[in-house]
Amino acid sequence: MTPAAPIAIINGRVICPASGQDGIATILLQDRMVAGIGHAEPPSHAQVIDARGLVVAPGLIDVGVFRAHPPACHAGGITRVVLMPDQSPPLDDPALVAYAQGSGKPDVWVHPLAAATRGLQGVELAEIGLAQAAGAVGVATGRRAIADARVMHRLLAYARAFGLTVVSHAEDAALTAGAVATSGEYATRLGLAAAPAFAEALAIARDCRLAEATGAALHIRQVTTAEGLAALLAARARGVDVTAGITPAHLLLNDMAVSGFRSFARLSPPLRHERDRLAVIEGVRSGAIDILASGHDPQSQEDKRQPFADARAGMAGAQTLLALGLGLVRDDVIDLPRLIAMLSLNPARRFGLVAGTLQLGAPADIAVFDEHAPWRIDGRMFHGAGNTPFDGLPTAGRVRMTIKGGELAWQC
Amino acid sequence: MERAPSHPALADGVHPFPHEHLLGIAQLKPWEIAFLIDESEQWVEMNRSRAAKHDERLRGLTQINAFFENSTRTLLSFEIAGKRLGADVVNLGVSGSSLKKGETLLDTALTLNAMHPDMIVIRHGSSGAVQLISEKVDCPVLNAGDGRHEHPTQALLDALTIRRRKGRIAGLKVAICGDILHSRVARSNFQLLASMGAEVRAVAPPTLLPDGLDGYAVTSFTDMDAGLRDADVVMMLRLQTERMEGAYVPSPREYFRFYGLTEARLARAAGDVLVMHPGPMNRGVEIESAIADDIARSAVSEQVEMGVAVRMACLDVLTRRRRGVKGWA
Repeated sequence: MTPAAPIAIINGRVICPASGQDGIATILLQDRMVAGIGHAEPPSHAQVIDARGLVVAPGLIDVGVFRAHPPACHAGGITRVVLMPDQSPPLDDPALVAYAQGSGKPDVWVHPLAAATRGLQGVELAEIGLAQAAGAVGVATGRRAIADARVMHRLLAYARAFGLTVVSHAEDAALTAGAVATSGEYATRLGLAAAPAFAEALAIARDCRLAEATGAALHIRQVTTAEGLAALLAARARGVDVTAGITPAHLLLNDMAVSGFRSFARLSPPLRHERDRLAVIEGVRSGAIDILASGHDPQSQEDKRQPFADARAGMAGAQTLLALGLGLVRDDVIDLPRLIAMLSLNPARRFGLVAGTLQLGAPADIAVFDEHAPWRIDGRMFHGAGNTPFDGLPTAGRVRMTIKGGELAWQC
Repeated sequence: MERAPSHPALADGVHPFPHEHLLGIAQLKPWEIAFLIDESEQWVEMNRSRAAKHDERLRGLTQINAFFENSTRTLLSFEIAGKRLGADVVNLGVSGSSLKKGETLLDTALTLNAMHPDMIVIRHGSSGAVQLISEKVDCPVLNAGDGRHEHPTQALLDALTIRRRKGRIAGLKVAICGDILHSRVARSNFQLLASMGAEVRAVAPPTLLPDGLDGYAVTSFTDMDAGLRDADVVMMLRLQTERMEGAYVPSPREYFRFYGLTEARLARAAGDVLVMHPGPMNRGVEIESAIADDIARSAVSEQVEMGVAVRMACLDVLTRRRRGVKGWA
């Protein structure tokens, strides 16, 4: 393959949280890397892209997706994903991890999380050391928490030795067994099996304590409640190496969204009460929550067009991640560089990826977007399955160009 | 006797029941509830007559009773109701359904719809399933119970029973006792009784009380003696056997000791208390046999009787538009 021609993106607002760069600049991409940033004239043979009025940022790194669908990722400015082990079959074998790691190249790089336990059953440790050698960037408990504290304790101790971050699903397994909603008035009115919101805090407190005891690195994939956030901050104050993520759905929707039995709003963890939603927005503002992720987990029509409790949990999120995240900037919760850090630099740092920056020599993964362009979310226009609880919502912020490895992968 | 509050829009020829389906009490305004109860009265009289109990108004219409969850009483009640109005009634039982063959619920709904029924009565084990089906078919759908969500005809028949016995619903103290958590009957009744002006209490062990009952304007009690104090109506709920073997309550005998309806406990209620139960009863677990059989106080048989009348009224009212009844087209 002949090397791609250099690309020079000029006149854009270049934001790189790692270096603190934020201003109009030219960025030169060559040999799949960032080759220059500043105000120099681009070389004459470079392909020049005028990004006037647009933001030029590191390609987004989406942590904890269940599917890596390149067209959906590119349309969302996503150039790398950290893939959950809940595949079919689960990523509990080094060969499966190696296969997953190569599955997205060259369009979207997939950084797999290995299954923490065999078959994600939460009973026996999987070969996570070998999985790391095969390309796993961390290990994950999967869609569910590991119910048995002893297994979780051993997992954290073992993962620590390999320097692997453990990604946990924070819902107490017994309290949430069979539940499809958060306890409260809406779940009661609809007659849905529900679990108390504090099931999250119990899980976070337990996992943080175990991480403290073992010195392991822990990432709570989604923190969605005030109490859960408090448990996280208490652990962090004790010096526990714990980070946390969240999805736009839990920042923008509360449990009212399930009224009318809208199965598109069936998510895991379930949508929470309004006071919890407001608390996690504060968690983003304060920096307690490090990573914003799409939770991309599209489901087929057959799996969603079911009575609420029988429908599968999950939503398509890759194409709406940036636009919904920009809502936090418009609402003055965080500024644009912080948002970009939550979407690229922080994920890269947590999982040891050489990405998420625009510094010289960094991979030429770039998202160019118009932070103000209005559009209406329409699930029918999505690549792949289009089940989103945000269907029909007017929003703003469109990805204009996604560059992966120095090549233009997508533009609109 | 209490009559329907006047509908604000009725003067302009709007009929008093604008809904296409009967999915739950939640969608109904108080005057719409009262209208359905009023409409039921005529069928009580007809059902009691020793002469031929038949009315031809649904002649030629097809009623499908699609029961995806086992039921004897409700199915029979809907079948009799349809037949007494002259409809052609067919029953699709759980054993005859294709769901076991892997067909999705919506495909089953489309199959039923393709047979051009004029009304479909559905019971399903999942909350919201009946609403989902109603969105895909072209005829009125009646909810005969969906999961823990709603059982609107049960609440209507309970209201008819109470109104006939007590002459009113507004102002009565109604205690609903037992497995509230899993009960669609309780949820429909909370909404109906509160919207008709009753003072509603939920009485249950804490493990069987769901969160968020304040939203219904319902007061919760875990002490049954306190919950029954001065009650005008005591509505007992069935507690399924598998839930009293340690999962939610320790044992049937402990449950009966603290939450069973006994003479001694009932003495705390109003002197003319009315005892109700949606059936089937667990005698000796949630209710003492002597109380269940005391026709002066127990309305259990009457509830079954009112059930047929209420279901006749619902089938009649929901098909008026398609039958071209004057004023309903």
